[in-house]
Amino acid sequence: MNGVPQIVGAFEHPTRLAPDKTVAQLHAEAARGALADAGLTKDDVDGYFCSGDAPGGALSMANYLNLRLRHCDTLDVGGSSAVAQVAQACAAIQMGKCNVALITQAGRPKSLGVTTGTKKIVKDSLAPDVIWELPYAVPNVANYALVAARHFYEFGTTSEQLAWVRVAASHHAQHNPNAVLRKLVTVDDVLQSPLISDPLHRLDCCLITDGGGAIVVARNEIAVSLRRPAIRLRGAGLALKHQEAGAIDLTYSAAAQSGREAFSQAGIDAADIRYASIYDSFTITVIIQLEDLGFCPKGKGGAFVADGNLIANVGRLAVNTDGGGLCNNHPANRGGITKVIEAVRQLRQEAVPAVQVKNCELACVQATGGHMATRHASATLILERT
Amino acid sequence: MEQREVRMGDFGSEGAVFWQAARAGRFILPKCIDCGQVHWYPRAVCPFCLSSEIGWQESRGLGHVYASTFFRRTDAPYVIAYVELDEGPRMLTTIVTGDVASISIGQRVQIHFAADDTVNGAYPVFRPIGAS
Repeated sequence: MNGVPQIVGAFEHPTRLAPDKTVAQLHAEAARGALADAGLTKDDVDGYFCSGDAPGGALSMANYLNLRLRHCDTLDVGGSSAVAQVAQACAAIQMGKCNVALITQAGRPKSLGVTTGTKKIVKDSLAPDVIWELPYAVPNVANYALVAARHFYEFGTTSEQLAWVRVAASHHAQHNPNAVLRKLVTVDDVLQSPLISDPLHRLDCCLITDGGGAIVVARNEIAVSLRRPAIRLRGAGLALKHQEAGAIDLTYSAAAQSGREAFSQAGIDAADIRYASIYDSFTITVIIQLEDLGFCPKGKGGAFVADGNLIANVGRLAVNTDGGGLCNNHPANRGGITKVIEAVRQLRQEAVPAVQVKNCELACVQATGGHMATRHASATLILERT
Repeated sequence: MEQREVRMGDFGSEGAVFWQAARAGRFILPKCIDCGQVHWYPRAVCPFCLSSEIGWQESRGLGHVYASTFFRRTDAPYVIAYVELDEGPRMLTTIVTGDVASISIGQRVQIHFAADDTVNGAYPVFRPIGAS
């Protein structure tokens, strides 16, 4: 492992509502936090990784942050971007393209009043699919509701089972002082919240928050000198899935492919994992990804998440011990960076004690980006403390 | 997050044949002359073999619901669905019905063209077969 880069810095911006900040400022504050966590300075950064949420892209952000760069990467696969970029950063370092890679993600959709879940927003009107879908005004929640509806039909999954994902998130969020929603909820609370897009209820949906986060990855020789817990990437996968010219199958996600690659590269399987960060844009998103990663057979995700099985120190698999996007934070409408950050906390034994997984040496980080019922990407990481 | 107004001019001519037929109440599906496969949504380049030789075949617009959801969080709630056409492709669409509770996976549906004064003049939606 000596030559393998390490994740040396991770920082989640504490804000969830930032009416008086700019998006660039949130990126910068997140960067400052992660560099301080690593024991590095801005001037150590020679590789910068950002995505569609970075205002003005890499050029404007490098200018704003006054970074002197010899490498950058602007991969945009929606909410999975920051997860994929951890692997890109490790690869770039191993190729000698940079020594210290900074990944930032931030946004302020809460302050902007962006109703991304329930209104159709066209981000790129030149996308070739826009004209074929715009008349139907499919909002995010309806997109994922289609996935849920098919899952219910094929596998007998129920709203009660979906609700357990939210219940577990609330169990974790109650211990997180920065979480937006810290109140414990029950299965009944979820079922009695209003239906937004059948079969998804309001509490099946994630938050919209301002904020952000950052990750710093460093060449091993630099990392060793920082004396941080050694967190390394052991396996990674990235995959895309779409409508396949009319042959779309809603029962699985691109995580089936990215997960297979990540676990194969790591030489382990889902049975070896006891903590997982799983992007929870909606409760159904978690169930589909857990199945695709092999935590349970396809179609059994509903049963797998039920009865508190995702609650730390209660169930088989602790998931999103920060409270996730459902209860804690979902900055920029992209769940990726917070998923990496909580996995790093778990591996460093720095999670809140009530949710810390004992002897957590392996973690799975999983995010989908885009929209599962139309076009999405999936990024999977297997991280290890060595 | 940027919100852009979408104009017809942004899309060029790629769907022109389809939309012209739609305005006349005809549903046609793109079929590659080289590889023979029907695809959705329509493209000028075949998504199976990258041929530019795309023909069109008439469709009766019959199919069944592959997945559906009743989206409620709006002034005028509506049913969004994937319909699997009898020709094979699954297309994202809406189901127009006065009885949303009757819409379930497997329901037979038929195409219908809804008037649209913002994008293309008419666009395909589906109605349950047997409904008025």
